[in-house]
Amino acid sequence: MSTTIRQSPEPDTDPLEARHGSLPRRFPLALLASCAAVVAGVLLAFSAFGALPWVLLTAASFTVILVTASARVEGHRHAADRLVTALVYGCFLLALAPLVSVLWTVIDNGLDRFDPYFLSVSMNGVLPSMDAGGAYHAIVGTLAITGMATLISVPIGLMCAVYLVEYAQGRIKRAITFFVDVMTGIPSIVAGLFIVALWIMLFGPGRTNGAAAALSLAVLMIPVVVRSSEEMLQLVSRDLREASYALGVPKWRTITKVVLPTSAAGLTTGIMLAIARVIGETAPLVLTAGSSAVSINWDLFDGQMMSLPVFIYSQVRMGGAVNYERAWAAALTLILIVMLLFFLARVIKYLFAPNR
Amino acid sequence: MAKRIDVSGLHVYYGDFLAVEDVSMTIEPRSVTAFIGSSGCGKSTFLRTLNRMHEVTPGAYAQGKVLIDDMDIYGPDIDPVTVRGQVGMVFQKANPFPTMSIYDNVIAGARLNSRRMSRSAADDLVEESLRGANLWEEVKDRLGKPGASLSGGQQQRLCIARATAVKPSVLLMDEPCSALDPISTLAIEDLIHKLKEDYTIVIVTHNMQQAARVSDRTAFFNLAGPGKPGKLIEMGETSQMFTRPEKKETENYITGRFG
Repeated sequence: MSTTIRQSPEPDTDPLEARHGSLPRRFPLALLASCAAVVAGVLLAFSAFGALPWVLLTAASFTVILVTASARVEGHRHAADRLVTALVYGCFLLALAPLVSVLWTVIDNGLDRFDPYFLSVSMNGVLPSMDAGGAYHAIVGTLAITGMATLISVPIGLMCAVYLVEYAQGRIKRAITFFVDVMTGIPSIVAGLFIVALWIMLFGPGRTNGAAAALSLAVLMIPVVVRSSEEMLQLVSRDLREASYALGVPKWRTITKVVLPTSAAGLTTGIMLAIARVIGETAPLVLTAGSSAVSINWDLFDGQMMSLPVFIYSQVRMGGAVNYERAWAAALTLILIVMLLFFLARVIKYLFAPNR
Repeated sequence: MAKRIDVSGLHVYYGDFLAVEDVSMTIEPRSVTAFIGSSGCGKSTFLRTLNRMHEVTPGAYAQGKVLIDDMDIYGPDIDPVTVRGQVGMVFQKANPFPTMSIYDNVIAGARLNSRRMSRSAADDLVEESLRGANLWEEVKDRLGKPGASLSGGQQQRLCIARATAVKPSVLLMDEPCSALDPISTLAIEDLIHKLKEDYTIVIVTHNMQQAARVSDRTAFFNLAGPGKPGKLIEMGETSQMFTRPEKKETENYITGRFG
């Protein structure tokens, strides 16, 4: 600043600050409100009012007026700042819109039938069009199948990630990384077919069960766990590993007692995301656990098992009004289960947080 | 407790690249030895070979002999893990374990190795180590707080306490003060003076005043030429090295005529 040659109009103040004015602090808010009102008025006058044109026209006129006003009063840089700010907020709202819409639709439609009765009874002995029955058997199936899939894929995925980060070198590392990437891209129905074929080979045709479903989900889940855990483990700095080695701690203890606890929060989040990814899978479950089970079955190794996504699918296919209600209520249940999982992940994250 | 280190004919490689060539030196027990030299001349690399830390880098290895008292740390039946238990290390950047409290950081060496220890023995070890690191008075009321909640200088002293709590005979310090303010640096230097009564201390530093202040003996490293490996140029009593060095190269470096 001291090297500025040009003389500013007010020598006491910083020349860069003093050269332009600024819009009042409340100006954007007031402008937005008036734009919304004016656009609504114009649309009503032409009796063409609709939510979408109203929002779009308001956003466009607000941005144009704000940026023009800012360019005249505040200068070029501030105008650019206002433009980008408006764009970023716009994109944020755009991204949020489908999310809110989905949630709202599911809650709105799902609440019709979502009650303790729905959560506590199965479809055993209930005809599809009867005003009775619930999703208890599907909840049981979803929890059992996803639980087993998690039990299989978390240890394998985590150990694979530890191997990749801490031990693997050169060609083996590249090969494993490549195959994990390929696995990430496997279509879920192919994973289901793979397990069905395996089951036919091992146990003969028609013997698929919940365990087969869990295994097909594990095939989908392992690469996701590997990739997210790998990234989390790489975040643990070399300094910490070296600090541990320098105390005469062997590598395996360093991994189990320093690296894993330090990244525990991130690992948990990654695992939860992997669970959320497979809990809504439908295709492999239809192939393996079947789509016609109506009774409660906790046994993963015997008989067909219903699950929430398959329940939704089969109810929608039946097509009656009561079936749609059941499907929406089951969708709401599924979303609630995922939210509960993320809440649990938060709790775990808090318990492991380094700086409490 | 302190032990003598005898290095003879040590070459350090990163894969095919020879980083440090043919170093022989004796490091006396109960004294401070400083390594000086320009960046990239291999003094940190050489320091890390004294507790086999350089092996953590993939592809790095060393040839030659390093005797700590009578133990050849590169002998065929020597486990690097036991070497590191004997030769502690303090790093350039303070690195307390973020998941652990101050208390747990100090006894991390025992805890991470699942060594059983009674509550009172652990308490005593923590107090002794923190007192030894001139940190006890500052943290005794908040031992349960995370180690990362301390200031940079305090964290570095915590790391020194952690290193001494495993009772090593040698303490290696890799530019321990380069990220610290003058007051914290002074605190660490005072500590080094105190620690040398019990340990063999080797310190790498870029600060020549610091080398002159804390060390008894000084070793000067330099590159043999651009792209050539680092070499030990000269080693001697610090007072002599800084007043009447034998080699022209050393004199140039110390008087600031190059590097």
